[in-house]
Amino acid sequence: MMLQVAMDTLELKQTLTGHRGRVWNVCWHPKGAYLASCGEDKTIIIWGLEGLKWVTKMILTEGHSRTIRELAWSPCGNYIASASFDATTAVWDRKSGQFECNATLEGHENEVKSVSWSISGQLLATCSRDKSVWVWEVNDDEYECAAVINAHTQDVKKVRWHPYEEILASASYDNTVKIFKEDAADSDWSCVATLSSHTSTVWSLSWDKIGNRIATCSDDKTVKIWREYKPENETGIPTPNNESVWKCICTLSGYHTRTIYDIDWCKITGLLVTACGDDIIRIFKEDSDCDPHQPSFTMIYSMDNAHAQDVNCVQWNPTIPGQFASASDDSLVKIWFYNYKE
Amino acid sequence: MNENLENINPKLYKRLNDREITVDEQDEDVADGFDAREIFDIIRNINDPEHPLTLEELNVVEQDLIEVDDKKNRVDIKFTPTIPHCSMATLIGLSIRVQLLRAIPARFKVSVEISPGTHVSEEAVNKWLQL
Repeated sequence: MMLQVAMDTLELKQTLTGHRGRVWNVCWHPKGAYLASCGEDKTIIIWGLEGLKWVTKMILTEGHSRTIRELAWSPCGNYIASASFDATTAVWDRKSGQFECNATLEGHENEVKSVSWSISGQLLATCSRDKSVWVWEVNDDEYECAAVINAHTQDVKKVRWHPYEEILASASYDNTVKIFKEDAADSDWSCVATLSSHTSTVWSLSWDKIGNRIATCSDDKTVKIWREYKPENETGIPTPNNESVWKCICTLSGYHTRTIYDIDWCKITGLLVTACGDDIIRIFKEDSDCDPHQPSFTMIYSMDNAHAQDVNCVQWNPTIPGQFASASDDSLVKIWFYNYKE
Repeated sequence: MNENLENINPKLYKRLNDREITVDEQDEDVADGFDAREIFDIIRNINDPEHPLTLEELNVVEQDLIEVDDKKNRVDIKFTPTIPHCSMATLIGLSIRVQLLRAIPARFKVSVEISPGTHVSEEAVNKWLQL
């Protein structure tokens, strides 16, 4: 009798060619039907499905004079913000039917590294090599700077809004992650927590589905999981100044052999995926019966030579569980599908 | 001009002889991988930012401080600033990086670091050079 063993598999669905030079970032449309990518060639490519094939739907050019480092679709899906080494952030809309750059946000002194929309679409955050994080308010297609936060001491690599609240997290070359909130009394944005434990640059971060945990990845070759302890938490962890305290509750070390450039926490499946300088894509799953204050994660898949060069970015499709996209120095974007058993 | 130099009188080192080309290397049908000597030849003639001398002549780069694993696509280079507080260290490291970026295939992961214990800001420079 043959015994059929169901195995987890990671399938490469398609390789998307079109960019010249490094591809820095990919971002899914909130409905998951489009993917945008950007890179060294200063263009944004929007990919969509035609039948079973991903094809180029649009190429956006002439918005930036230097590398486009990161992209973000607005939660409504009608806008794309792009962060560039030319020190500006462009906002593209499709009011005319085609995507056009109708706003350019200026102010950073140096390369803009990352951009993120809050869930309401009313706030936009950017960060830069100039060490600052900016919060922009969006009003009828006007963008007004609401705050310039100088909390980090080095290049800021990533900004990401909380999945539901107006709370911002940023990751930096200064090895820390910081959490920012607006003070209701004087509408001043300030740093309410500093997450220190990584021993080198923190390249990226991802909130979990609920927003009370953050996964971070670093040049120190580790992934860390952080948990928020609110004032008067049941665990009895003290919260000075009546502000939440963030604690590192898990460190994944020994898996990655080079810098980890990106991490994404799937809001549907809870799986973590990492992009590494060793060309490998890895998938981690939280162990089911672990203590929520001391969780453990198991690497359930490792794809060697996922790309021919550094993997810069990985992102789960927000609507199709198991599907994700990756971007690499090898100028390619790849679409993957992870089949897994519960 | 001279009083602006950080290291006015650097020690000079002897240059290596030219590489001897082997029969196999001349044979187009034999695949020859990269080795430390070949990488050394690519970077030895980079000029020092402040002296009209090469990195080899100043002993900033040495063949023995280059490790190459052609199969694993790795090139690890250690370089030695002429003085422990050399402000040109990052620029020198970057020049080595750019030279290799242009000269060897993109499959290689290049690491450029300061020889341990030879610079006061070794850690910060190394972190910066990882880019």
